[in-house]
Amino acid sequence: MNELPQQLANGLILGAMYGLIAIGYTMVYGIVQLINFAHGEIFMVGGFGALTVYLALPPGMSLMAALPLMLIGGIAVSVLVGVAAERFAYRPLRGAPRLAPLITAIGLSIALQQAVWKWYPDAKKARVFPQFKGDAFDILGATVQRGDLFVIVAAPICMIALGFFVSKTRSGRAMQATAQDRDTAALMGIDTNRIIVLAFAIGAAFAGVAAVAYGLRTGEVQFRMGFIMGLKAFTAAVLGGIGNIYGAMLGGIVLGIAEALATAYVEFIPGMTQFGGGAWKDVWAFVLLILVLLLRPQGLLGERVADRA
Amino acid sequence: MTPLLEVEDLRVAYGKIEAVKGISFTVEAGQVVTLIGTNGAGKTTTLRTLSGLLKPLAGKITFNGDILNGVAPHKIVERGLAHSPEGRRLFPRLTIAENLQLGAFLRKDGNGIERDIQRIYELFPILGERRKQASGTLSGGEQQMLAMGRALMSRPKLLMLDEPSMGLSPIMMQKIMDTIRELRSQGTTILLVEQNAQAALSLADHGHVMEIGKIVLSGTGQDLLHDESVRKAYLGED
Repeated sequence: MNELPQQLANGLILGAMYGLIAIGYTMVYGIVQLINFAHGEIFMVGGFGALTVYLALPPGMSLMAALPLMLIGGIAVSVLVGVAAERFAYRPLRGAPRLAPLITAIGLSIALQQAVWKWYPDAKKARVFPQFKGDAFDILGATVQRGDLFVIVAAPICMIALGFFVSKTRSGRAMQATAQDRDTAALMGIDTNRIIVLAFAIGAAFAGVAAVAYGLRTGEVQFRMGFIMGLKAFTAAVLGGIGNIYGAMLGGIVLGIAEALATAYVEFIPGMTQFGGGAWKDVWAFVLLILVLLLRPQGLLGERVADRA
Repeated sequence: MTPLLEVEDLRVAYGKIEAVKGISFTVEAGQVVTLIGTNGAGKTTTLRTLSGLLKPLAGKITFNGDILNGVAPHKIVERGLAHSPEGRRLFPRLTIAENLQLGAFLRKDGNGIERDIQRIYELFPILGERRKQASGTLSGGEQQMLAMGRALMSRPKLLMLDEPSMGLSPIMMQKIMDTIRELRSQGTTILLVEQNAQAALSLADHGHVMEIGKIVLSGTGQDLLHDESVRKAYLGED
């Protein structure tokens, strides 16, 4: 049986999740030149937010009916945490040496993980996330679980909405200006603090969507889930060209597919047999990251920095 | 008559280094006032403080009757003070038209904005021809035109220009200076910072010479142009 369509589908689904999370890294970096290493945890708390909403709903309710409310809950928790992180952790450090906010981000990441571990009921082990019941779909020779359809639908909607916002709205134009030159944007009358909060909020909202997708796919959420997903999404953002929103999604999908294909096929390369299978899954993302940094440091869609005449 | 802008004993520091050490000057409505001086005199620091990008250590800035100390930059633009910064600082990946629209960010009168953009294109036809081009691709002189046009788009009561002639060819510099003269004749109030003392003084009503954070000499543009010490220090005569 030909496995290729299946691997591509797996890669695409995983990649769309990476891409949604990567948007948050890339938007924040584009505007304040900060790698928000707590973004993986902003994704994680969204998963718990969605789960909390689900548990609060009446038991007989169908998942289809619950999903919009879970989505709102996940997004709300992610946005709340993301905006609070900006306001209370990063804003006081604006203008500080760049190492200070970076270390703060790592500290915040650990603090959020531990807070969920300690205070969310039974979160010391994975919590079960609701699953769609029913048969999987067969799409072009690939088996796609019902839950995975969510991200296949949600990711393009999110990207189209974001593209429209950035290029067509007044706030989006202000965001582009702020990303290109923050001081000068302020001289145009743009409230750049508001734009920075907006970038954190949009990134967090996308992470919330990704968290619901992750829960539906894996059937669980757990306090550590943001770590590896966050690192992969960061890799996707760099791969696509950090600062570029379309690059982030492209980087996510390329990464997801590369990971799926490497996991499935590397063992058939002579001399690489021992690197095959799922145990090496996470290595390929970082091999790709190293290759990008060596060969094309600006990323796939990154622009060369030559702004001033 | 109270001046449009009144700066009293302004002091600005970067950390412990004081870049502006207590300067006072005024700008009357309709005037062109220039600050001249060498690199490091504190001219750019002064403008960046007036537009709110830097916080003053001490002193008082009064603009159109309001005190500007501690007001955020985006609120200062709203009050009618526009700043075309040193090095032009365009949004390089946005088009010429988009840069101009951003200059009018706080305005709500769509038709008025469109009319003003057309006026900028009349003032600088080359910008009109290239309106869909990314501003990062323009030449230095064209970028300067766009930077001035963008600052004008907010319909400021006071236009601050920081080194508009920097790095330009003599012809392009002449064009920029002619434009400033034309803006003055239309009644625009301008605070001009320049290293090119000759050009700045010849079109200014008043000038102030800055040296390491202080104003060392003030007078009308013509007086300073003919002042012996100014001629020696800034106009390259001995």
